[in-house]
Amino acid sequence: MGDFFVNNAGAPIPVVAYQLVSLILFFAGIYGFLTRRNIMMMLISVELILNAADINFAVFNRYLYPGQMDGMFFALFTIGIAACETAVAIAIIINVYRNFGNADVDNIKKMKG
Amino acid sequence: MEYTLLIWILPLTSFLILGLSGNWLSHKAAGMIGTGALLVVTLLSYFAAWDYFTMPKAEGLYQTLIPLNALWLNMGSHLHIDMGILLDPVSVMMLVVISTVSLMVHIYSLGYMKGEKGFRRYYAFLSLFTFSMTGLVLSTNIFQMYIFWELVGVSSYLLIGFYYTKPEAVAASKKAFIVTRFADMFFLIGILVLSYYTHTFDFGTLMAGNDTVFQQALSVNFLGASALVWAMALIFIGGAGKSALFPLHIWLPDAMEGPTPVSALIHAATMVVAGVYLVARLFPIYVAFTPEVLEGIAWVGAFTSMFAAVIAIMQTDIKRVLAFSTISQIGFMMVALGVSKLEGHEGLGYMASLFHLFTHAMFKALLFLGAGSIIHAIHSNEMEKMGGLRTYMPVTHLTFLVACLSIAGIPPFSGFFSKDEILAATYAYHTGLGIWMTVVGGFTAFYIFRLYFSIFWGKQTQYAHTPHESPRFMTFPLIFLSIPTLLGGFIPFGHFVTANRAVYTIHPDWPVMFISVLVSLTAILLARRIYQHPGKKPAKASSELKGFQKAAYHRFYVDEVYLLITRKIIFNGIARSFAWFDRHVVDGSINGLASVTDWVSVKIRSFQSGEIQWYAYLFLFGTLLITALILFF
Repeated sequence: MGDFFVNNAGAPIPVVAYQLVSLILFFAGIYGFLTRRNIMMMLISVELILNAADINFAVFNRYLYPGQMDGMFFALFTIGIAACETAVAIAIIINVYRNFGNADVDNIKKMKG
Repeated sequence: MEYTLLIWILPLTSFLILGLSGNWLSHKAAGMIGTGALLVVTLLSYFAAWDYFTMPKAEGLYQTLIPLNALWLNMGSHLHIDMGILLDPVSVMMLVVISTVSLMVHIYSLGYMKGEKGFRRYYAFLSLFTFSMTGLVLSTNIFQMYIFWELVGVSSYLLIGFYYTKPEAVAASKKAFIVTRFADMFFLIGILVLSYYTHTFDFGTLMAGNDTVFQQALSVNFLGASALVWAMALIFIGGAGKSALFPLHIWLPDAMEGPTPVSALIHAATMVVAGVYLVARLFPIYVAFTPEVLEGIAWVGAFTSMFAAVIAIMQTDIKRVLAFSTISQIGFMMVALGVSKLEGHEGLGYMASLFHLFTHAMFKALLFLGAGSIIHAIHSNEMEKMGGLRTYMPVTHLTFLVACLSIAGIPPFSGFFSKDEILAATYAYHTGLGIWMTVVGGFTAFYIFRLYFSIFWGKQTQYAHTPHESPRFMTFPLIFLSIPTLLGGFIPFGHFVTANRAVYTIHPDWPVMFISVLVSLTAILLARRIYQHPGKKPAKASSELKGFQKAAYHRFYVDEVYLLITRKIIFNGIARSFAWFDRHVVDGSINGLASVTDWVSVKIRSFQSGEIQWYAYLFLFGTLLITALILFF
């Protein structure tokens, strides 16, 4: 296995730093999901949340179980599944757009029971 | 004698054909089907009677035949309900009575109901009634009897309410059904008590003369009487309801709202004597184990006969007079049963009762059909609108007179014989009771001849249309029924139907006969004096008995007492508080539950807005909350 990334002082970058990045990404995603009215933007926000989770997978795998690759593969899986999900979501969004004339989430209340 | 099944099934078939065919059949065809079926039934009944009574007897006694008995409902190891046919002297005699009167009524109705709306329905109901009544008398067990007992009640209800557009008829049919149903409730309880302790419904087992069957019922004591006494008394109440004994008689006078031939068939000749038949059927139990109930039956019968006879004197509707007369005559039959014992001369009452049932069925059906003929001619039931009809309707007049003489007990008409057997039996039992019943006999003669003289003699009445004799379909039954009314008394009834089934030869009781004929003749002459050329005499006679007359005219206010009890006490007192409880407590708790649910659902409805981002907020904060809870607590 290769070495850890190091900072300017030559010490390995601490886990908390990665965590901070992933936390920012995650809450940026949450914020976007809750505030954006456009479904496309909401989808992008969901991708941010997924990426935050992927970073966690990679980092914890690297730091806690350096000899194994499970976390890495999980991250790869997630990316693959996210791609599929995006494809499906975009298909839905296109249909929504055709039906409602825009892709605004406030307009899509008719699906409630 | 399996062919007796046909007697039972043919009316049912005819009912189904007439009832299901609707308007497909013409009136004529419907009448012919009903009457034709009944004709076959009647001929079969006569043949069955001949066949049965000429059969070789075992040790001089008539045997009970059960040509057919099928298991119908099995309820556990001992108790089962069968459907079958039981032939013994009483049931065969009843078959003859029912089929004869029913056939006559069928023929009569061809004329009386001609062109009436619902003609087919009428014949269908008549067939249903005949089926139920034959099923009742042929029952092999008390539960089968109960089923058919209810069926005759239903057919009676349907026929009383035949003119269903007339409010009085509807009210009368309801009243008849409710009152008899009320009594039948006691009958059912009686049956259940009896079968609970004896483990059987079967008449054969109950009548076997085997004490062990009743051992348990006799040993259980409830409120000072054994369970058997209670059971038999309750069963008698059922019979009293159907037979219109005081105080359950109130439905019968109102039942006269039905078509007159129906009154002749159901409310004079057959259904109302079902109570007498019931007591006669269970007579061995009554006489051997519950003589106190039998005594009660005698007193109820005696009171009812006097009570109804007094009311009959004051009624002005001719059918009501006959209705009260029927009640009174059933009282006679009940008295005779009540005073009877099982063996020999002491068993006279039983024989007399059923003899009277037989003759009464004939002459009372004749009286009703005669009344129907009169009503058909002048379109009114009221005595005041009649008078001098003898010249217009000679056949009706003569046959009516025959029936009147018969019910009044004038020799040699049939009623004389049967009534005097009853009187002889009551005198032998208790002299006071004998005198009482003789007085009732006098009243009977008086009211029936009051009726006769008011209709056929009396004042000359102007009629809007000149009354004329009824068509041949109606006069034929009148003539036919006057034959048994004239000659029925000479049937040696003691050779056929007796309490212990041995042949009993009637010995005339001369003093009793002499007294009763004298009383009847006096009453008839009195009626003739007052009503043959009435003038002011009836008014004068009634003014001397003013208060009493008014009370009797209003039937001693028994109906009002019933209304008071039901409306004021039951409906207003008990039912209203129950209704309050039901509305406020039972319904209230359920309504409260519903409104709480409603309130909660209104409150939480905003959670389901359909706004995805609102859901996501809630989800997020929920997750945070749960996380916080897990972390800090």
